[in-house]
Amino acid sequence: MSPILFWIFSALMLGFGLAVIVNRNPVASALSLVMSFLGLAALFISLDAYFLGIIQVLVYAGAVMVLFLFIIMLLDLGPTQRRPWNVPALIGGVAVAGAFAVVVSTVIHRFPAGNKPFEPLHDKLTDAHNIGMTLFGGYNLPFQVIGVLILVATIGVVVLSKRELK
Amino acid sequence: MQLPWIILFTPLLSALIIATLTKRWRNLSAFVSVAAVLVSLAASIKLFCTPLPDAATAVLQIPWIDLGTQLQLPIGITLDGLSKAMLIVVTVIGSLIHIYSLAYMADDEGKSRYFAGLSIFMFSMLGIVFANNFAMMFIFWELVGVSSFILIGHWYNKPAPPAAANKAFITNRIGDFGFMLGILLVWVTTGTINFAELTTKLGALQAAPALATLTALCIFCGTVGKSAQFPLHVWLPDAMEGPTPVSALIHAATMVAAGVYMLARVFFLISISATALETIAWIGTITAVLAALMATQQNDIKRILAYSTLSQLGYMVMAMGVAAPEAGMFHLFTHAFFKALLFLGSGAVIYACHHEQDIWKMGGLWKKQPITTATFAIGTLALMGVYGFSGFFSKDSILIAASHHNQAIFILGLISAFLTAYYMTRLFVVVFFGKARTEHAAHAHEVPILMWAPLMLLAIPAWIAGYEKFIHPFLPVHEHGASSVPMIASTAAVLGILIGFFLYRGRDKDPIVIPLLANKFYFDELYAALIRNTQDRLAGVSDFFDRWILDAGIVRLVCSGGTYGLGFVLRLFQVGNIQGYAFLFGAGVIGLLYFVIFK
Amino acid sequence: MVTLNDYLLVSGLLFTLGFAGVLLRRNIIIIYMALELMLNAANLSLVAFSRFNGEAGLPNYNGQMLVFFIITVAAAEVAVGLAIIVALYRARQTTNVEDINTLKF
Repeated sequence: MSPILFWIFSALMLGFGLAVIVNRNPVASALSLVMSFLGLAALFISLDAYFLGIIQVLVYAGAVMVLFLFIIMLLDLGPTQRRPWNVPALIGGVAVAGAFAVVVSTVIHRFPAGNKPFEPLHDKLTDAHNIGMTLFGGYNLPFQVIGVLILVATIGVVVLSKRELK
Repeated sequence: MQLPWIILFTPLLSALIIATLTKRWRNLSAFVSVAAVLVSLAASIKLFCTPLPDAATAVLQIPWIDLGTQLQLPIGITLDGLSKAMLIVVTVIGSLIHIYSLAYMADDEGKSRYFAGLSIFMFSMLGIVFANNFAMMFIFWELVGVSSFILIGHWYNKPAPPAAANKAFITNRIGDFGFMLGILLVWVTTGTINFAELTTKLGALQAAPALATLTALCIFCGTVGKSAQFPLHVWLPDAMEGPTPVSALIHAATMVAAGVYMLARVFFLISISATALETIAWIGTITAVLAALMATQQNDIKRILAYSTLSQLGYMVMAMGVAAPEAGMFHLFTHAFFKALLFLGSGAVIYACHHEQDIWKMGGLWKKQPITTATFAIGTLALMGVYGFSGFFSKDSILIAASHHNQAIFILGLISAFLTAYYMTRLFVVVFFGKARTEHAAHAHEVPILMWAPLMLLAIPAWIAGYEKFIHPFLPVHEHGASSVPMIASTAAVLGILIGFFLYRGRDKDPIVIPLLANKFYFDELYAALIRNTQDRLAGVSDFFDRWILDAGIVRLVCSGGTYGLGFVLRLFQVGNIQGYAFLFGAGVIGLLYFVIFK
Repeated sequence: MVTLNDYLLVSGLLFTLGFAGVLLRRNIIIIYMALELMLNAANLSLVAFSRFNGEAGLPNYNGQMLVFFIITVAAAEVAVGLAIIVALYRARQTTNVEDINTLKF
């Protein structure tokens, strides 16, 4: 993929990611997060991970964010009130985040092998087929366990949501 | 062989007896003290008359501290011509003053305390005379200071005596600090502080002139303190707050002479450095002139005599400085007698005028107190150095030595002699001649026999101690050949007498008032301001340090702030704030990454 | 052309944004969303590495497997987490994370 597209989608993703954490209105935050996921899916596609890109859109943007919006509506959250800044916390948060960014970029800087271009793949990549083969072939046990996990999660959600029996 | 120990320890024994047993019975205490000093006197005379073989003198010591070859501090006795002469001076004058005190202090409340103090003083002074090493001398030096403190502050219920006692002791202490440094320097450079051994071990000091000068000057500090030389002279006039016999014994004849005696004892050490000798001579000269100037304007009879003592001590120190220690000791010898005589005489006058000390409230006493007047006159003539009296010979030997050494010092010495004659004549004329100026003076009568007998006994050596036949058994005195110095000195003295006589005859108040001299050159005010200033500055610095560095800096900022800060950080672990926990996670991860990646 | 390091950099920045959001926001829903951002940043870097380490013309599918599982687990976690948030809201009537501070000692 040409670099321009890469940087456009990266900027999209990061910009909406910023919007998520900056917005006062939770609904606006959630919708920004959706847009961020779309950008991320585009990046997955650019990495020739077609199946994952689609899954990202379907599961994350489609199911998870819908759930978030359900809950926001359920709790009837309005825009958060303006409050005076808690300066020490602000400084601490920005400092830690900034330090993390510095650390990550330094690590990347010291990884010269990562500057090589990607190897070209087959022209027609049967991505879903390959993923299926890998998933049901080498990762069958984790797949089943994931199934059980989702079951447990469902039961847990049901239990947790029950109201107190008066 | 036991004689020195008897001489030394009998007064101590008497002091102990008075302090523990006989305190309540005042007359008994007085008797014990006088008996002790008479025993010492008898033993001293016997010791003086029987020459001891040399081998015996070496054994006369009690080993006290023995650190092997490094340091040995015995309590030892030195018996040579110098110490024997000094012994006679101390015990004779001491005995006479003890007897005098029996009458002078007859009605005093603290008589037991007084005589105990006198006994301790005798013990300490004899210790200095007998000392054969620096450490022993220093111990007894301090003891003499303590005795002086006790005796000056005898009437402690009045405000002035304790203050004067403090001043004396503190000023002495300052001098003693230098003395201690000097002793340490001697020990470090030569390895011994025993006087006899030192004469053989001077090599190290002779090789290093600067070190020798420093050592000599440090040792001289002790003399500056004890013998009240400039600039530590301020305590001696104030010490007149003590009873008059105390002034006579301690601050005229013996204790203040200890400084000069010490210089004579270690002259071989000090003479290594010509610079030190020069300094010593000048300090002595300055003291002599300064004190004489101050004496011309004082109105308290004891103060005049105190300043005169200061001046004469300056002469003695000057003699040491011009490398004439025999002249200095000669003057010490004669001065002890005539100054004690003068002080006891002044005591008689004060006693007769009902404890009045201002000379302008006396007058016309020659008719009422003939014996006192006559003996006082002999003492005055001796002090002024009039031909025929003891002071003439001793003072002139000093002046001759000075004239050979340094003309400026000699001229200043002459000026001081002139001033001495002047102010003593002033004293004599105002106190004894003219008519009585107050009631008390008009009703004065002669003092009891216990007081005038010592006066007469002291007048004898005050007159004749200068003569060759008399002094020869005691001290070596050089014969100086023909010289014009005695003539010049006598002229100066006569001039002083004449001016003094004609200025002050028949006066009722002082015609000359010079505030600078009357206020003692404002030395006391200067020192008080200096000490106050230094104290204030030091206190200011300490306050700043305490307030800003210790309190604000260390206590508040580091300790308190640190604890608060640490608590603030540690609190994040505990308060239940989820974001706090998240922050700590992040910080931990970053720290971990930092150490893994960058180290 | 775009290299691995660019993808990793973007992933790092996304992670940092998510982390800053977790530290700085007070509404618990927003914090949860920022958490999701962090997970996705990890996903991105995994996919980038999987592509990078490919051989014989194919990407290394192990990385993509892991991403698959992460997405699944994240979905389950979001479900359970939001249920908990709802329960908390019912108990405390607040979504302010500073008021939920009884997890002490």
